Amino acid sequence: MRYLRYILLSFFLFNFNSSYAQQNDLEIKITKNLRCLVCQGQSVYDSDTEFANSLKILVRKKLDEGLSEKQIYIYLKDRYGEWILFDPEFGKNTYFLWLMPVLFFVIGGLVIFKLFIIRKN
Amino acid sequence: MKIRIFPTIVFILFVIIFILFFKGLKNSNIYVPKANINKEIPSFKAKLFESSEEISSEEIFKEDKFYLMNIWSSWCVPCREEHNFLENLSTEKNLDLIGLNYKDDNESAKNFLKKLGNPYDIIFLDPKGIIAIDWGAYGVPETYLIKNNMIVKKIIGPLNKNLVLEIKEIIR
Repeated sequence: MRYLRYILLSFFLFNFNSSYAQQNDLEIKITKNLRCLVCQGQSVYDSDTEFANSLKILVRKKLDEGLSEKQIYIYLKDRYGEWILFDPEFGKNTYFLWLMPVLFFVIGGLVIFKLFIIRKN
Repeated sequence: MKIRIFPTIVFILFVIIFILFFKGLKNSNIYVPKANINKEIPSFKAKLFESSEEISSEEIFKEDKFYLMNIWSSWCVPCREEHNFLENLSTEKNLDLIGLNYKDDNESAKNFLKKLGNPYDIIFLDPKGIIAIDWGAYGVPETYLIKNNMIVKKIIGPLNKNLVLEIKEIIR
C-alpha cells in the first residue's frame, strides 16, 4: 500500500511537470510567432524591449486564463493588426501567397507528366 | 491542337503572375501602425496612483464626456517634452485627463509630478504594461481621446502644438 502511494505521488509529480513544460513550449511557440512591433525584424521571444516583455507576460497570463493559441492571436490581431503575426493567416490578402507554391507544384508536375510520360507513349 | 493548349495555359499563368508581382513592386512597403480609432475602450481593473485602491474602468470613463488618456512614465524623455501641452489641456473644462503610469517606480513618478506639475484628474498604475497592450499601445508616450467609451483619436508619440489645437477643436 505504501509503495502504491509513492508511485501515485511520483506519477502526479511527473504529470504536473510535463503540463507545465507543455505550456512553456506553447508560450515560446506563440511568442516566436509574434513580431516585436517596436524592434527591427525581431520576434517578441528574441526581444528584450519593454513592449516585448509586457507581451510575454500577457501571453503567459492569457494561457493561464485558459485561452488557446488561436484566441491569443485573435486578441492581439484585434489590437495591433495582422502585422503582429509572423505567420500570415489564410485570407483575402494572402490566398495567393499560400496557394502559389501548390500552383507551381502542379504546373511542374504537369510539365514532367507531359515531357516524360505522354512522350514515351 | 492538343500540343498548343498546354503552353498557352502556362504562358497565361506566367503573364498573370508577372502582372501581379509587377503591380506589387509599386506598393509602399513602409509599415505604418494602424491607429485604431472608433473602437470601444477595453475594460480593466487597475490600482490608483495615490491610494493604491483598485478601480475599474467603468468608474473612470463615463458617457457624454471627453477624456484624454495619456500613457506616461517618469523614465520616458518625450513625456517630459509633452508635459507642458498636457498642462495646457488640463485647463479645458469639458476634458478630463487620465494618466496611465506605465512600468514606473512610484517614488520617481511622484518626483516627476512634483517637479513638472500634475495635469491629471486620475492616475492609475500599469506596473507590467499589460493594460497598455489591452489598449493597443506600442510604448510611451501615447494619448487617446475618448468619448462615449469610444476612442475618437489616437496619438502615438508625444503631443505637439498642432495636435493640442486639433484636440481642442474636437472637444469644442
